[in-house]
Amino acid sequence: MKKLLMTTALLALASTAQAEVKVGMITTLSGGGAGLGIDVRDGFLLALAQSGRDDIELVVEDDQQKPDIAVQLADKMIQSDRVDVMTGIIFSNLAMAVIPAAVNQGVVYLSPNAGPSQLAGRGCHPNYFNVAWQNDNLHEAAGAYANTAGYANSFILAPNYPAGQDALTGYKRMYEGALAGEIYTQLGQTDYAAEIAQIRASGADSVFFFLPGGMGISFLKQYADSGVDIPVVGPAFSFDQGILQAVGEAALGVVNTSQWSKDIDIPVNAAFVESFQAEYGRLPSLYASQGFDTANLLISALEKADPSDNAAFRAALREADFDSTRGEFRFGPNQHPIQTIYAREVIREGDVFTNRIIGVALEDHADAYAAECQMD
Amino acid sequence: MSTILIIEQVLNGLQSGVMLFLMAAGLTLIFGVMGLINLAHGSLYMVGAFAAAAVAGATGSFLLALLGALVAAAVAGVLVEMLVIRRLYAADHLDQVLATFALILIFSEGTRLIFGSFPLYLDIPDWLSGPVTLPGGIQYPLYRLALIGAGLAVALTLWALIERTRIGIQIRAGENDREMIAALGVDISRLYTLIFALGAALAGLAGALVGAIQSVQVGMGEPVLILAFVTIVIGGIGSIKGAFVGALLVGLTQTLGSVFLPAFFRLFLDPATAMSVGSSLANMAVYILMSLVLIFRPTGLMGARA
Repeated sequence: MKKLLMTTALLALASTAQAEVKVGMITTLSGGGAGLGIDVRDGFLLALAQSGRDDIELVVEDDQQKPDIAVQLADKMIQSDRVDVMTGIIFSNLAMAVIPAAVNQGVVYLSPNAGPSQLAGRGCHPNYFNVAWQNDNLHEAAGAYANTAGYANSFILAPNYPAGQDALTGYKRMYEGALAGEIYTQLGQTDYAAEIAQIRASGADSVFFFLPGGMGISFLKQYADSGVDIPVVGPAFSFDQGILQAVGEAALGVVNTSQWSKDIDIPVNAAFVESFQAEYGRLPSLYASQGFDTANLLISALEKADPSDNAAFRAALREADFDSTRGEFRFGPNQHPIQTIYAREVIREGDVFTNRIIGVALEDHADAYAAECQMD
Repeated sequence: MSTILIIEQVLNGLQSGVMLFLMAAGLTLIFGVMGLINLAHGSLYMVGAFAAAAVAGATGSFLLALLGALVAAAVAGVLVEMLVIRRLYAADHLDQVLATFALILIFSEGTRLIFGSFPLYLDIPDWLSGPVTLPGGIQYPLYRLALIGAGLAVALTLWALIERTRIGIQIRAGENDREMIAALGVDISRLYTLIFALGAALAGLAGALVGAIQSVQVGMGEPVLILAFVTIVIGGIGSIKGAFVGALLVGLTQTLGSVFLPAFFRLFLDPATAMSVGSSLANMAVYILMSLVLIFRPTGLMGARA
């Protein structure tokens, strides 16, 4: 009996020795937002598999897009699983519930998606890194694109919740023209007939909308059927690979802004798109690219430092010494990306709807909150 | 604010109202006759939309897709009634809510298992797409006009079924006194299954019709379910006529509120504040309407009993 106990103890020791780094991923795998979390997870797993490292142990949990569940999962991961690094959260309201507490307990958090302004400005933290974008970035790029396209009278709309307000603020920060109208819709709204009628009557020369997920699908289908032909521009969230097929022809020709696109012509991106498609049988979305980049950032830092040496590990992360699928990538002083954001256009390739880059919307763009961030 | 815009918004309100009626009719029948709170009604709406998308994808025909939606939702309804609901008629409302809430989760994850996590594609058929010009120069999507027509046709058929047929007499009798019609020799459990299937088919039809202009995705039924409950409370629980009036009221309040409340506040507030106050109030408008109705008519507009 004693011997048996000894062996078990030894085995336990051996297995902890093998898994040197524990990573906790809390992401949305069920409910309406599941497509986003699944893409982030799959991109992350692909990068881990390609690195060939077997000393990274990944714990994946589903937050069901509910802040209370995300908080419970985070407590469990930090206190009983004792993870070194956390990642995965898609939605900003969940990020705000989990991240401040986690980073204060010494866990390093790498955000593959959510980038609420609070965490980029005053609430920035040395343990928090954002590998995707600050929430306003793609909207700012849409505003910049509207200027270059010569739009001077935009009608803008977004859902009435914090990220929606940030979206319109972001657009207006860069856009120089006048506003034909500004509407906040209901979160989760499915019918946009009333808004489309107002757009028709407004005399606008362009429409900017931020309606993530199913809201965007509904809006685009109804807009295309309404006979209004004012050009539309928006962030990539309503035009990612996962939902374009559901929108269909209604999205053709729409300009959207993204920090990533499958046709960014660099070897690492071509290899990513090809291997993702081979592994999962579908084209990657920007969320998948963000998951992939997050894992590669983590791996690049692990090659230089151990998470147990927090200062050295953070320094290694700050260097961002990895090949990003989006090309140039570096961190600003608030540990958010400084990156180029492209304007893309929805096209049809065979029978698949996808995006093509038509130009640069913002070059080497940093977020507007970095100046408010005091790290120490 | 031009007259054209107002007429267009009234049409939009009517259209969302008649679609809401298809959902609310089934819900109110099931509650009125069986005394059952069916939270899974939204899942049947989703089943209809997914079945329509699958059939349309396979055959390319929109009419077949509608038929597929009707059949799939009715079959799902019958299965749910026979396997689960039948055991709950005698149970109290809390047990029913718990069981039908579990059904929502089962339907959602089951649909995800079969169709995956990404929204499906379902589009308006060519012969109904694009706008038409109405008298007065109003441009309005043909498909939305068709939805209004389809909704009204279903409402008429349902009225004829309930007021003019033998089944309708049994349904009305069931609403008034369940024990008595069972004692009179009506096969009550068959009647229940039939009503459940009818309610499910209407929800499925609504899901398919609306799915063509919205996103066909897991969880699409729950927001509609909440509005459908508001509708039947306003109209009076158990009353089909009440559901019709309630649905039109809710549809019009929602659509017109979201347009005119912000415009109204712009008269005396600055645009940004007017927008946020107006939109917030528009979101609440339907619930304010419900509270007002309940204050003045606690049983709803057409409700016979509380």
